[in-house]
Amino acid sequence: MHFGYGGLICTIGQLIWEACKQAGLNQEICTTIVSICLIFISAFLTALNVFNRIGKFAGAGSLVPITGFSNSIVSPAMEYKSEGYVMGVGAKMFTIAGPVLVYGISSSIIVGIIYAMFGI
Amino acid sequence: MKKVGNQTIVFDIPPTVLETACIGGPKEANGPLAKYFDQVLDDEFWGEASWEKAESKIIKETVNRVVAKSKISQGKIEYCFSGDLLNQCISSGFGLRDLNVPYLGIFGACSTFVEGMGLSALFCNTPIANYALCATSSHFCSAEKQFRFPLELGNQRPQTSQWTVTGAGSALVSKSGQGPFITSFTPGKIVDMGIKDVNNMGAAMAPAALNTLIAHFHDTGRSPSYYDGIFTGDLGYVGKDILSELSLKYGYNISSNYNDCGVMIFDKSEQDTHSGGSGCACCATVFSGFLFNQLKQKKFKKILLVATGALTNATSAQQGESIPSIAHAISIEI
Repeated sequence: MHFGYGGLICTIGQLIWEACKQAGLNQEICTTIVSICLIFISAFLTALNVFNRIGKFAGAGSLVPITGFSNSIVSPAMEYKSEGYVMGVGAKMFTIAGPVLVYGISSSIIVGIIYAMFGI
Repeated sequence: MKKVGNQTIVFDIPPTVLETACIGGPKEANGPLAKYFDQVLDDEFWGEASWEKAESKIIKETVNRVVAKSKISQGKIEYCFSGDLLNQCISSGFGLRDLNVPYLGIFGACSTFVEGMGLSALFCNTPIANYALCATSSHFCSAEKQFRFPLELGNQRPQTSQWTVTGAGSALVSKSGQGPFITSFTPGKIVDMGIKDVNNMGAAMAPAALNTLIAHFHDTGRSPSYYDGIFTGDLGYVGKDILSELSLKYGYNISSNYNDCGVMIFDKSEQDTHSGGSGCACCATVFSGFLFNQLKQKKFKKILLVATGALTNATSAQQGESIPSIAHAISIEI
């Protein structure tokens, strides 16, 4: 079931992509617009206290796409606003997304080095 | 007052629970015990800027209410025992800073309420105090923030997880009175059976509850059937089942008169609380509201209240430590 919800979110992304393509934009810009739209929608729904309700039944379906990443940054930012904009929002914003960024970027560098060395 | 067995204190002139008060949050207001609260809140903030401030206000107003209901002037209350779940017990410290009563901060995690009641009874059983007060609070949002994830995060809660009760309970204990009487106090030992899952506190705390129950029955020579009701603090559905099973294994059948405050406070099917309620306020509000009412109406004549606590924090959990647990018991009779 979660797989289906994930597929639904990806289908929405694909529809946005097709709409951009129809508007005559090139492929790279279409992809960027899809990411921006999904990130915005997810952040907006997080702020409205709706995303966590979607996550309740959609599970990994809403967590795995870029929507989950957006939610994981916006939710601590909202939660820690009471501690101020510097040590609250600023410092705590990446408490959940931080490990994903660190190990995502680290693994991409390792894969990049392997690619450069062997040119697979 | 004397010690019986290894660890139980029996009060020969038992102190009275003079009055109680409790305030609950919006979810508790929709629970089966809603009508026993002195006040329920419409939202988690109660007009404050943060959840932590709201929790301080809840405990402050609960204490004010118990003093007002008891008709004892505040100056006559000699000691106050209080604690909560937030780091360094800030809800109690901030909420009660204007109380102007000698304050003894205590921490037993979710067992704090019974620890406070036991200590209040001890103080009132000596020449040093006529009136002592105990109070505890917890808040779903501030607890989630400190121990788990942001509320807006779209994650899923496991079925074994429990819902921290938003609210506070307070009891005023008096040296003399018409009852209900605190007749004995069994402070528990720390028990750690190696459970590491912070989303399964019921399983971690059930062995501690068992240890205290057995100690209480052994020390006092009573059997489970002596009580009209045995109530644990916040084992939830998972922990309740484990305790029922374990106690039967050790020769104490509690199946007919045992319930758990975490099971009683929410409607599992309607309120999506998974394994039930938890938090300092779980046992505190269920006793201060429902159970005290039943004792006053003589529907229960003898109860054993066993509050359970998980002595863990977010750092120890991340470091892979197991969860040391504790349970304290008091018997209350009319």
